[in-house]
Amino acid sequence: MTEPKIRIANLYKIFGKTPAKVLPHVRDDAMGKDELLETHNHVLGVNDVSLDIRPRQIQVVMGLSGSGKSTLIRHINRLIEPTDGAITVDGEDVLAMNALQLRDLRRHRMSMVFQKFALLPHRTIRENVGYGLEVQGLGADEIVKRTRHWIERVGLAGYEDRYPGHLSGGMQQRVGLARGLATDADILLMDEAFSALDPLIRYDMQSILLELQNELHKTIVFITHDLDEALRLGDNIAILRDGAMVQTGDAQQIVLNPADDYIRDFIKDINRARVIRLGALARPLDAGRPPAEELPRLAAATVLEDALLTMSGAPDQTVLVARKDGTLAGTATLTQAIEALHG
Amino acid sequence: MWEFLTEFPSIGRRDLAEMKKAIDEAFKGFSRAYGEALESFFDPLLKFLVWFEKLLQATPWPIILLIVGALAWLGSRSWKITVGAVAAFVVIGIFDMWEDTMATLAIISVATLLCIVIGIPIGILMARSDRMQALITPVLDVMQTIPSFVYLIPVVMLLGIGKVPGLLAVLIYAIPPIVRLTNLGIRLVDPEVLEAADAFGASPRQKLFGVQVPLALPNIFAGVNQTIMMALSMVVIASMIGVKGLGVPVLRAISNQYLALGLMNGLAIVALAIIFDRISQSYGKRLQAYRGQGND
Repeated sequence: MTEPKIRIANLYKIFGKTPAKVLPHVRDDAMGKDELLETHNHVLGVNDVSLDIRPRQIQVVMGLSGSGKSTLIRHINRLIEPTDGAITVDGEDVLAMNALQLRDLRRHRMSMVFQKFALLPHRTIRENVGYGLEVQGLGADEIVKRTRHWIERVGLAGYEDRYPGHLSGGMQQRVGLARGLATDADILLMDEAFSALDPLIRYDMQSILLELQNELHKTIVFITHDLDEALRLGDNIAILRDGAMVQTGDAQQIVLNPADDYIRDFIKDINRARVIRLGALARPLDAGRPPAEELPRLAAATVLEDALLTMSGAPDQTVLVARKDGTLAGTATLTQAIEALHG
Repeated sequence: MWEFLTEFPSIGRRDLAEMKKAIDEAFKGFSRAYGEALESFFDPLLKFLVWFEKLLQATPWPIILLIVGALAWLGSRSWKITVGAVAAFVVIGIFDMWEDTMATLAIISVATLLCIVIGIPIGILMARSDRMQALITPVLDVMQTIPSFVYLIPVVMLLGIGKVPGLLAVLIYAIPPIVRLTNLGIRLVDPEVLEAADAFGASPRQKLFGVQVPLALPNIFAGVNQTIMMALSMVVIASMIGVKGLGVPVLRAISNQYLALGLMNGLAIVALAIIFDRISQSYGKRLQAYRGQGND
């Protein structure tokens, strides 16, 4: 197991006049969000969240509105100060940083993409993409060179001298993404970055992000309220409810083993055939019995939707499941697949 | 008993007279002690004002017309406004108000410049701290509502009659709008844009000059426009304490009932106001060109 890139430990955030005073109620007496609001007039934003975010992965944080997900992500670059808890980035304590160190962290090591784009309306696309570099204090030539690359990369070549107000939402968010990527920070915080976009454009943007991620391998923290988006993008998914972590795991784990009714409710409408992969079904081969070589071989990463036809045509309706490195993970049967799809 | 209710129980007439006298004496004392020092403090300002006025009056009129036209064009990029501005100056010249107009132009320009130099930093300060805003707002309220004659008294007592006290009077009256609108403009900047600047590690200085001030510029410009208008409306009052310009003939017209003289010079002030207003407004609008809407 690799060291986490970002580690959030027992994080609390309470909004109100005297958060420190009411903290013990939440921490020690397990007081919930509604009760805290009613009895103490404080809003519980984040409730005892611990999360290890591994490097070079997309960590999705999911929850309905008001679940504290946008509050949580703003703790990572300390746009919001926590009431209690610890945050480290590359093992460094973010909460111990002074203003200068914090600025340095935000300039060089993490950048952010916002739900409502938050572009600078008085600057051209080029100047917007170069904003982070300008803040870093780079020279004009260097900025032009680097921004050109990222503007092309997100497909906005030719729009360099337009203003954000002249672009559509999807294009504006491409600018936002390019601005986030241009600083070469290895952590990218994305706060509901695609939520304001139309479904089709959202799908496009997800594709762009996945394509870029394949190449750049950044550590991405992606906030969303959309389960399909979470399942599509997330290497790991954390689900928040009322500020508290309900479940964390990859898409398979969450779909196959939902932690409670809240999550069961969440995943009820998704297309399971597109989420569950063969690897999750594989039963180890009996030791000693050689694998039946005539069975078709499928990769463990194959989603059931793509595997069903092969499975139904295979002898005994059984297929061999192969790991990435070529070794066998085991076998999977059509019956298993149907059971998994039924939930 | 009844008398107590009908007559407000004021402090006695003699006490009151003594109090007023004491205040007057104290101020006179202050004026005697520091008047000269203050005057020499404002001396560079006076010299600049005189120099600028002389410069305007000594410049051949065709050059002034050219400069007016060029400024109008640069500010507004509109032929209509440019031609209108030049034509207004020609008419002013034809009716023999050129010299007074140049004097007025000089004091208005200097007053506006000072208002910008002093007002914008104060506005920024107000925008950055709620306490500052609570402190300065009532001062601005007083400056805008107190009758100008009231603050002319101490100003004249301190500095006598002349250009500098006139300029101060104009400043007091004209500076509030630019302070207010700078403050407002900065406070209206979208907090999400500011958060983005924060997230990229912008320093307070980078935020102020890279995000807040540029986005507040349209409002700041509305403030400059208002400041110019208010400065112009002080021209007549300033002429009462010895500022040369279009106000002087107006004052003469009032005391002698010269209708035509008053009207002509009054209209010249109006013409200046309209020219300044149109140029600065269209410049302000051009600053917001980026706000254009419409998707491709």
